[in-house]
Amino acid sequence: MTPTIEHAPPPVAPGTSTGARILDVLRRHARGRFVGPVATLVLFVVMFAGVLGRYEFASPSQVFLNLFVDNAYLIVLAVGMTFVILTGGIDLSVGSVVALSTVLLAKTLQLGWPAPLALATVMIVGPLLGLLMGTIIEYFDVQPFVATLAGMFLARGMCYVISVDSLPINDPLLRTLGLQYIYLYDDKFIRWPVIIALIVVVVAMYVLHLTRFGKTVYAVGGNRHSAQLMGLKAGGARVSVYVISGFCASLAGILLATQKLSGYSLNGIGLELDAIAAAVIGGVILAGGVGFVAGAVLGVLVLGTIETFVTAENLDSYWTRIMTGGLLLVFVLVQRVLVRKPK
Amino acid sequence: MIKRLAATPLIWPVIALLALLALNAYLTPGFTSIRVQDGHLYGSLIDILRNGAPTLLVALGMTLVIASRGIDLSVGAVVAISGALACAHIGSSEDPAGVGTVLTAMAIALAVSAVLGLWNGTLVSILGIQPIIATLVLMTAGRGIALFITEGQIITVSSPPFKVLGAGYFLGLPVAILVSLAVFVVVGLLTRRTALGMLLEAVGINPEASRLAGVRSRTIVFAVYVFCGLCAGIAGLMIASNISAADANNAGLWIEMDAILAVVIGGTSLLGGRYSLTGTVLGALIIQALTTTVYTVGIRPEITLVFKSLVVVLVVLMQSAKFRALFTSWRRRPGRRQVGPTARPTPVTSAGPAVADVTPDHDDTKVRQP
Repeated sequence: MTPTIEHAPPPVAPGTSTGARILDVLRRHARGRFVGPVATLVLFVVMFAGVLGRYEFASPSQVFLNLFVDNAYLIVLAVGMTFVILTGGIDLSVGSVVALSTVLLAKTLQLGWPAPLALATVMIVGPLLGLLMGTIIEYFDVQPFVATLAGMFLARGMCYVISVDSLPINDPLLRTLGLQYIYLYDDKFIRWPVIIALIVVVVAMYVLHLTRFGKTVYAVGGNRHSAQLMGLKAGGARVSVYVISGFCASLAGILLATQKLSGYSLNGIGLELDAIAAAVIGGVILAGGVGFVAGAVLGVLVLGTIETFVTAENLDSYWTRIMTGGLLLVFVLVQRVLVRKPK
Repeated sequence: MIKRLAATPLIWPVIALLALLALNAYLTPGFTSIRVQDGHLYGSLIDILRNGAPTLLVALGMTLVIASRGIDLSVGAVVAISGALACAHIGSSEDPAGVGTVLTAMAIALAVSAVLGLWNGTLVSILGIQPIIATLVLMTAGRGIALFITEGQIITVSSPPFKVLGAGYFLGLPVAILVSLAVFVVVGLLTRRTALGMLLEAVGINPEASRLAGVRSRTIVFAVYVFCGLCAGIAGLMIASNISAADANNAGLWIEMDAILAVVIGGTSLLGGRYSLTGTVLGALIIQALTTTVYTVGIRPEITLVFKSLVVVLVVLMQSAKFRALFTSWRRRPGRRQVGPTARPTPVTSAGPAVADVTPDHDDTKVRQP
């Protein structure tokens, strides 16, 4: 999946065989594991350079850091989504779970719970929902998107039950988390959520690439029955990824809550699409078994660049949606062309 | 049709609907009464029918898509786009109250809806992308497009002819109901009186086998997405017409969930294959009755979503062979079959055959044609 493919002219007349050969070579490369993320990296660099070149930003490096600052929660979400997609599943509930986390956090704090207790509660609810969905998916053979679609509505409904209004968050700890600058050098800063998100990324990389569990996740996505026959705990892995995704959604909700310093039941509508788009753009193959956490992070950066462009160009925010949809389409198509599984 | 009604899969939705209505009749006096006022029928039952009409339409389209082993998540976005287009056209025309203007607006909206369906169909049927992902693209971008059409505003129109579709009456009955029922009858005749329905089920049960048997599966899959787009388009017109406005942010929000729920309650399996349009109609009515019940019983309307999602989980679990096996193990279960290394009991009475296999690595969502 090199970026040149998107522009590659369809192979011309004399070489149906040449064309087939080119496609074959490309396919073989696409199966090379690193091509997807590298393509995304190139895309990101090109897009980001384009945006920088087009506008006179006071500080380009801060614009780059802001990609992380503004999208810390999305990075966490995309990491969770990567686990799920790697097993060949999908989790449509994450946007709602993010909203539920913000509302739950704000409400418990409002009720006078100490911050650590409130945070712990939130961090338990997400994984619990994930466990519920994973169990339904794995043990009752329900399709992932149906189970998680139900989860999406359950979580959103629970938000409404807790509160339909936007609840402010005044807790000093969370205010610090959300507002404090961490200066890297000169006046270039990031915030705490970025550090938390990066920790999540590192841990996820370790788990996915260096542990037995991670290998099982890949194996299940590649071929579930083979994985099982090899003696891997396929069922357990399949449930676990939804728990992980639920945990990431809770954490993302906390990060979003510190960023907005409020909890609102209409937060995060359509966020699941962004997370899926980030993973797909980052080269995680929807059929499962192929992809990297780092790729998903790059996908988030690409989406962030679109957002930066839309803001800088002073376009209405719905353009972000349209462009994300368009980019998602391109990547899905490229995936489809390049990774057709041999019969 | 009567035979189908008597068949067991439909008995549960019917009982559920009757139970819901009975509960309402018990809780709200005068629930079942239907008044005639100015030659129009009024009453709670009529309200359920009228408010349920858009969901019913979308659910009918969704039924066929699901029968083909697909799913269409973009219907909500299509609803928004269709309403936005119609209102934008009427709002910008010189004669918003003219019948010609309204008809043109509707034609534009429906044509675009069909094109959007065509788009989904192309992605799924020709390019062979998984249906969830293919329609996810339009779900993501669609609401943005609708906002683009309305320029981020809520467009209100004052056009009596346009109001007819969503809020008008014909022969004493709301036009919305009549339109939905007409679509139901036409689709029913088209798929059940011809071989079309059977071919569709064949494609849904086993795309590869049906293709080898000479079914033009690609065309059929294509057609169902176009039909689903059209249904969503009409529903969008109804919703916009009912409130005389296009609200690109909220029109048709969550309607895909309601539609899928209606289809599932109606006994059509999400695995594709056998489907029941009558079941879907019942499903849509149950959902609307449920919503009405939540309001009349005085439960906070916010809880409706929780309620609905629990119903989906319950229904989906009941369709799951393994779940039922937990409870019906005392009953002798004929037709056990081994699929793959793990034993997977085939559902005996459910609408969908579980032969539609389970392994995610078999890319069996689509027929691939060389």
